[in-house]
Amino acid sequence: MQLASVHFRQRASGALADAHLQRTLERFGSGFADKRAAARQAYGEGAFEELRDACAVIRDRALADLDAWLLRFEEEATRRGASVIWAEDAAEACARVLEICARHGLRKAIKSKSMLSEEASLNEALAAAGVQPVETDLGEYILQLAGEPPSHIIAPAIHKDLGQVAELFVKHHGRPKSDDIAQMTREAREMLRPHFLSADLGISGGNFLVAETGSVAIVTNEGNGRMVTTLPRVHIAITGIEKVIPTLEDLSTLNRILPRSATGQEIENYFSILTGPKRAGDADGPEHLYVVLVDNGRTRLVGSALQEMLRCIRCGACMNHCPVYQTVGGHSYGWVYPGPMGSVLTPVFQGLENALDLPQAATLCGACHVACPVKIPLPELLRSLREMQTQRGLRPWSERAAFRAWAFAAARPRLYALATQFAARALKWMGGRRGRIARLPLAGRGWTEGRDFPAPEGKTFRELYRGGQRHKT
Amino acid sequence: MIRVMRVGLFVTCLVDLVRPRIGFAALELLEAAGCEVIVPPSQTCCGQPGWNSGDRPAARVLAEKVIAEFEAFDYVVAPSGSCAGMIKVHYPQLFGGEGAWLARAEALAARTHELTDFLLNVAPLERVPGRFAGTVAYHDSCAGLRELGVKHQPRALLARVQDLALREMKDSEVCCGFGGTFSIKFGEISAAMAQAKCERIRASGADAVVLGDLGCMLNIEGRLRRTGDEHTRVLHVAEVLAGEK
Repeated sequence: MQLASVHFRQRASGALADAHLQRTLERFGSGFADKRAAARQAYGEGAFEELRDACAVIRDRALADLDAWLLRFEEEATRRGASVIWAEDAAEACARVLEICARHGLRKAIKSKSMLSEEASLNEALAAAGVQPVETDLGEYILQLAGEPPSHIIAPAIHKDLGQVAELFVKHHGRPKSDDIAQMTREAREMLRPHFLSADLGISGGNFLVAETGSVAIVTNEGNGRMVTTLPRVHIAITGIEKVIPTLEDLSTLNRILPRSATGQEIENYFSILTGPKRAGDADGPEHLYVVLVDNGRTRLVGSALQEMLRCIRCGACMNHCPVYQTVGGHSYGWVYPGPMGSVLTPVFQGLENALDLPQAATLCGACHVACPVKIPLPELLRSLREMQTQRGLRPWSERAAFRAWAFAAARPRLYALATQFAARALKWMGGRRGRIARLPLAGRGWTEGRDFPAPEGKTFRELYRGGQRHKT
Repeated sequence: MIRVMRVGLFVTCLVDLVRPRIGFAALELLEAAGCEVIVPPSQTCCGQPGWNSGDRPAARVLAEKVIAEFEAFDYVVAPSGSCAGMIKVHYPQLFGGEGAWLARAEALAARTHELTDFLLNVAPLERVPGRFAGTVAYHDSCAGLRELGVKHQPRALLARVQDLALREMKDSEVCCGFGGTFSIKFGEISAAMAQAKCERIRASGADAVVLGDLGCMLNIEGRLRRTGDEHTRVLHVAEVLAGEK
């Protein structure tokens, strides 16, 4: 996917001015967050917190010996007839997939949701090589018709409303317009069915890689994942190397928290554990199973101040609880991963200098941290990225000069007293009789574009206290 | 004889500059709770702006200053969840791995409280002096709520204010969009978030929104007034508890 994160500010501004998108975001609102809260309550709030602790521990255990668990996964998967393929970056991932296509003469790929595929722009690579990619997750299918990237990691088309989808369907399906959701879904199924039956390649992601059995675990709600992984003669599961976990027992624990955190479901509609290709006597399944494990920047996180980010199980809870995401939508973030997790991952995967605004575009309110099923301290990670920006000179000189001046004064109480006494009086004067300022100069303009600034009382607390005042006046 | 608690009042830089009356309200409340209150005259800022902006050295200088100014007291109290959270949660992170300073930071952190938490749990304010004829909705400021667990404390104290009726607004725990320098760097997004908060406040039908942090207060009041709402009052919890004169 094309990187546009450097334009966050302009994109967010566009999103705020887009009345249609704002209505859609408002309707989306706290829907997923409310469902998660209900699921948490039903599970028992104390037990849910214990489950979060346990899941964070499982993920940390896997990450502490990531290389060893990956090799174990490779060994067990290979033993069961799958082929494990390693790719260092997006380009290599695409090249390896295309090699498989060439080896087996594959022409059409049906796909279930894979964020790694978005990271690698796999669809474009497939199409360029003459392999037709067909997205079969309903949201992804809609976006493929629209030619748009996802705006949410589990609800990719959340930015589109019913009317927009209905128009897309008319344009691409050539059938009478319907705005009945059940009818539209049926129509999409009918359009997808011939593809399911004619495809020779199925491409899926992988929610977890189970080391002890060499299995790929996949969760979906629409059942398309089952078709993608069993109907075509070749199945490629493509995912990030951090998805590995040691045991099936770990999988069972993590899958208690994943659906509850994502959509508030106790369990997803479909939960598959895929181990090896079709064996002699099996009724169905692919003849060949490839697991493409992609690094694409992940090992850079290992041992860094940001390592905890690798715990992420891609549930989307952080964006569902993020007031900034809810205000500007996922496309503003300009790459595959939006919201708080994207604001950490995009600078890491694509370079800090290519996503300057993302670590800054957060109020550090902590709602994401509290909701995260594996307790990733997202605000702390964003703060670390801000520190890296400062250290690498990636913040504007005016901002750094302002902080220097502020820190210099705040460390010198008498200078600070003079400066604040002057500021309190000047701002009070600017506020006039109404006691508020409609236009601040310099950086303060950012504040007064959308708000007044309530004027100070005129004297500072410290000068009043020094003058003997002890009570409110 | 029971020794009187010696409390260092950390006024916070925003209260010092913009709303001194909130500082005096906090002082009155702490005295009403039986504390001896000391206001170290050299205090300025806790260093949070530097910390949140990735300027660790700047934050550090101010953190050392605060520790030196306040470590002699039994407790440190701030009329702000954000600044108290900086001292309580982030100072230990700031000095991570440094023996002597870390020990001092942790010792101070353990004795630091947000005002309402202190008045409910440490030095109980038996008789709340304030009187407020009207309905108020409480906005949970992020740092107080999620870093310090300040949720029921202000409500429990407000419930004791004569004539005051407490009403919950929807999404009281959702950020108002302030976020420190975020409010200036991303003014447009910040104002849109403040707008969502203002709509919840108005929908609650409360006469006033009450909160515990000056940043949110300026943000919400600024947006309400800009959009023509002249009557919904925006008050710090200390002002309401101490009462108006």
